[in-house]
Amino acid sequence: MRLLNRTAGRLSRHRRGPLAGLAVLLLGLVISGSLYTVFSPAQADSQPSETEQVAKGKELFLASCSFCHGQNGEGVPTVRDGYQLGPSLVGVGAAAVDFQVGTGRMPMAQPGQQVQRKPPVFNDEEVAALAAYVASLGPGPAIPNESDYSIDDLSEEERQEAISRGGQIFLTNCTACHNFNGAGGAMPRGGYAPSLHGVEPKYIFEAMLTGPQQMPNFSNGNLSPDEKRDVIAYLGSLEETPEYAGFTLGGLGPVSEGLFAWVVGIGGLVGAAVWIASHTTRSKKSKVNA
Amino acid sequence: MSVDTSKVATSNRTNAATASKPGRAGSLASWADDRLGLATAMKKNLRKVFPDHWSFMLGEIALWSFVVLLLTGVFLTLWFNPSMGHVTYEGSYDQLRGVGMSESMASTLHISFDVRGGLLMRQMHHWAAAIFIASMMVHLLRVAFTGAYRKPRELNWVIGCLLLLLGTLEGFTGYSLPDDLLSGTGVRAADGFLKATPVAGSYMSFLLFGGEFPGESIIPRLYIVHVLLIPGILLALIAAHMLLLVYHKHTQWPGPGRTEQNVVGFPMLPVYAAKAGGFFFMVFGVIAIMGGLLSINPVWKFGPYDPTKVTAGSQPDWYMGWPDGLLRIIPTGWETVIFGYTISWNVMLPILIVPPMMLVVLMLLPFIEGWITGDKRDHHLLQRPRNAPTRTAVMVSLMTFYGLAWAAGGNDIIAIKLHLSINQITYFMRVAIFLGPALAFWITRRWCISLQRADNEKLLHGYETGIITRSPEGQYAERHLPITETKAYTLTARERDEVFTVGSDTDASGVAAPNSRSERLRARLSSWMYSHNVQKPTRAELEEAHHHAEHEAELQAGLDHPVDGHQFDDHRLRDTDDVPLRDH
Amino acid sequence: MSNDNSSTPEHPVNAPDGTPVPYDTHVPTHREAEPIADPGLPAHTWRPTDVDPKAEKRAERQIAAMFIAAMVFAVLFVVAYFTFEVGDNWDTFAGLGASTISLGLTLGLSLLLIGTGIIHLARKLMADHEIVEMRHPASSPQEDRDLTVKALNDGLDEAGIGRRPLVRNTMLGAVAVLGLPAVVLLRDLAPGNALDVKKLGNTIWEPGMRLVRDVVGTPIRADEIEMGDLVNAAPEAMFPTEENGYPELEGAEEQAEKAKGAIIIVRMDPEEITPLAGREKWTVDGILVYSKICTHVGCPISLYERTTHHVLCPCHQSTFDLADHAKVVFGPAARPLPQLPIAVDDEGYLVAQSDFTEPIGASFWEREKL
Repeated sequence: MRLLNRTAGRLSRHRRGPLAGLAVLLLGLVISGSLYTVFSPAQADSQPSETEQVAKGKELFLASCSFCHGQNGEGVPTVRDGYQLGPSLVGVGAAAVDFQVGTGRMPMAQPGQQVQRKPPVFNDEEVAALAAYVASLGPGPAIPNESDYSIDDLSEEERQEAISRGGQIFLTNCTACHNFNGAGGAMPRGGYAPSLHGVEPKYIFEAMLTGPQQMPNFSNGNLSPDEKRDVIAYLGSLEETPEYAGFTLGGLGPVSEGLFAWVVGIGGLVGAAVWIASHTTRSKKSKVNA
Repeated sequence: MSVDTSKVATSNRTNAATASKPGRAGSLASWADDRLGLATAMKKNLRKVFPDHWSFMLGEIALWSFVVLLLTGVFLTLWFNPSMGHVTYEGSYDQLRGVGMSESMASTLHISFDVRGGLLMRQMHHWAAAIFIASMMVHLLRVAFTGAYRKPRELNWVIGCLLLLLGTLEGFTGYSLPDDLLSGTGVRAADGFLKATPVAGSYMSFLLFGGEFPGESIIPRLYIVHVLLIPGILLALIAAHMLLLVYHKHTQWPGPGRTEQNVVGFPMLPVYAAKAGGFFFMVFGVIAIMGGLLSINPVWKFGPYDPTKVTAGSQPDWYMGWPDGLLRIIPTGWETVIFGYTISWNVMLPILIVPPMMLVVLMLLPFIEGWITGDKRDHHLLQRPRNAPTRTAVMVSLMTFYGLAWAAGGNDIIAIKLHLSINQITYFMRVAIFLGPALAFWITRRWCISLQRADNEKLLHGYETGIITRSPEGQYAERHLPITETKAYTLTARERDEVFTVGSDTDASGVAAPNSRSERLRARLSSWMYSHNVQKPTRAELEEAHHHAEHEAELQAGLDHPVDGHQFDDHRLRDTDDVPLRDH
Repeated sequence: MSNDNSSTPEHPVNAPDGTPVPYDTHVPTHREAEPIADPGLPAHTWRPTDVDPKAEKRAERQIAAMFIAAMVFAVLFVVAYFTFEVGDNWDTFAGLGASTISLGLTLGLSLLLIGTGIIHLARKLMADHEIVEMRHPASSPQEDRDLTVKALNDGLDEAGIGRRPLVRNTMLGAVAVLGLPAVVLLRDLAPGNALDVKKLGNTIWEPGMRLVRDVVGTPIRADEIEMGDLVNAAPEAMFPTEENGYPELEGAEEQAEKAKGAIIIVRMDPEEITPLAGREKWTVDGILVYSKICTHVGCPISLYERTTHHVLCPCHQSTFDLADHAKVVFGPAARPLPQLPIAVDDEGYLVAQSDFTEPIGASFWEREKL
């Protein structure tokens, strides 16, 4: 019985390791997502005029972005370690701003290898203003509407089709970096493709549209908006699908499986062997009839 | 006499084969013996002695997981369709419905989603495979580290190495069968390996795939290899492995009453059979729980194989990880063109040269060691790893090589999990793969030799009690107490190493002796292997040390508070009657 | 434990019946040099279950409880089998497939309980006297050996093979030549011209063939691709329609052409491209097209970084610089990715100027000859 407990203890400890992080991350994302929906301002009535927005955006831009991107968003052409300090924002469009600022990647804490997602600095109104300002610098992709990435208004059959087509497009274009499970993957020189778990559909759409940081573009001429929608639908369905097979061990493929085979499988069974071969408790008494 | 024979169960040697009053089992046995005549063979084997130690059960994990593989594998064959015929999936898994795939992939999905318990069996089969090979390796390490591969067991070691090779191939063929994206990527890499073979490579690839990669033949061909050819050979070799084990009788750890001439342990019937049988259920149970709780190879997420798709984290199963790691750390551009023919060192070296070479080295280990030591005796007592420092160091060095190559095979996962750069991990590995094993060899050998010294210390001066005494002069000293006779005997129950020396280079008439060059090499290797080792003390040294200790004790006895040291440890406690105590 | 023995060091007795057994001469020993004499097997001590009926009963109850629990779990397995639905409508439990985990847990626990029960039984209640068995040398007795060697020699002698080298050699030769049919039989593993390795030298690409998006198969206009785009694309012939008139490919042929024809299209600032002599006209406005198949062992490769123009292979991390004719900048690959020369047709769609000018994918022996 002792062995049983021990094995169970191991199981849960290791389960907690990789999955707890994920769970906390998911929880965090869910909370931030729901906070977003709760606090997002009612768009219809309090919409400021476009000129106002641009003006406000410029103000914010000058305060927070111009150091790297230049007074007029023309970029700072300093190249350091092969990376431009702040690229030109002319023509990147509102979608890029919404993605970068909305996911907290911009403003950057410091120029570095890779910009990470962090709690956004600006509220939605400010993001919208910044986006409007940058959009005014030159024509670029606009922020997608919900109808662009939602399959809600499709028929059941169309939805099904969209999901399987999205899966194939995802496996062709995205898994090479983001992994079959959307768990992310390594890129050269310390870079990485981030995990797609819990990322809001809008941001996935914008990322494909604008190609943030090292990620290549999947512009509308490359993947049509419908195809992007299908990819998002597939990712959504993956998250909704129960894990038929049990815990996913991080969804990283054979490396984590091998690790579990050794730690849980061999570890547990060697523990069992130690128990089986161990010497039992002895008594100092001798058998009455012996 | 140390053995109270009245308490020892009577073994087969003293009992007649026929029981005087056959019970039900007896009458069944005689019915069978009238027809099969097995009693002669069985009389010894039913009570055959197996020594009991946890490390002797590692091979059992492999055996039992192989049984689980057979059971679950048969279940899977009932539904699996090893065909590359193209179908459109219309099964239960939504995300792939309407997607074209091979029938083998479609039937794998059918097993996973539409057959109750099918997914469990698939996962158990896969986990059992991973554990099968892992346990073979742990078992191999145990055998090597304890010197169990010495005469007369060299051939069984070779069989074991072949089992490891076949198990790996069996795993690879099985991994490829579902025809999902991950396994297909692996098969394509295997195609690249074949093509890198000089001269015949392209033809080998075309013959294997029935034409150009990927063709429509590879899955059925791998299937028959996976379910018939390799399992057949595996079964035959496992049978030979076990027969030899029974014939040689198991090795045992040295200890009081355990010598080269006997084997001490529990009889096959009932204790050993119960323990082994119980362990089978435990192995089966652990694999079942893993299969039920832990996802392995979720083929539905990879999707069907498509030669234009790929996923991050494309890795083989763990046991193919180390050649894959070697592939990854080969520096850029190792390819030569000679007379217009291409030689791909970047693939040949890590796949076609180093792994087979490693296997050959592994198989030759007992023969190389036997040649160097010139030891032609049978060995049935195991050596503690510390008592064969060079062998232990060689094994640790090989393990380090393996481990580093293995880690290199997961460099992308290490990079994202530890926030490192794959490039830097690769640069590091390129150096570490050479330095690491050398360093490991050196550290391990020194470590073993220190442990040998510590053992001798214990023998000569006793164990450290942790009791500090102050002499009247104010001198502090730690009190040492002698270890028990059992322990002392066990520590000395090992052989003295004899360094092989070359007699004379020339014989009496001044003619160079035949083989003198190889003899000199042998002497050098023997000295390299043994000359640093610490030998156990002689009887004279022991007596001298004990005499010294007694003298000290006499001096102590004159003190006001003689300290025998047992006030502070649990020896006194153990000697009381009512406290249960553990053996050893 | 061994304090109570009064062993005589001359006879470290191991035989079960207590009689001294002489050391087998087969194994040389240096007993005289042993610093400590073998104290002999320690005496057997009893377990609480041997001497205490209460402990014995307790162990019995524990073991029986395990077996009963194992039965319960086996029954629960059957219940779970029929309760939890799979297929179209899986029952779930905490986001996991209920069928898989319940079947696994019940089966596993049932087995584990049987196993622990049996082992508990062996450890607590079965007689635990260690017994001793003598070893015998692995070799046969000398007389048997001599007889066998004699029989072997007699047999060989009587066969007379050794004296008749002509017969011996031709016989061995005949058996050896029999290897040829065995090898030749395997020739049709790749029947007929399926064994034409020259096929590795070319792909389905031909002048004027359009580049189409993978999966959906729509042709790509040059102006649809933006700076920084990565398009995973395929030859139009892989998506035959009535309109484009390509023949329907099937089975092995389709798969093989798919495996060789895959490409990646990227667009970058023409300024950033390091021109390679002879390839100036292979691009269209900074649009470059390369084979998607890694030159190392043939994995598809599309981990593209738009800022550095590097593309990484997920299998073994070969990294290619697409701005500089896809030369290898890192990893084990030895050759650049083959580049597909492209142009724009009358309707503005990207088309191939020709096939690849070298074999794509992994290296092979006769690569340079094709």
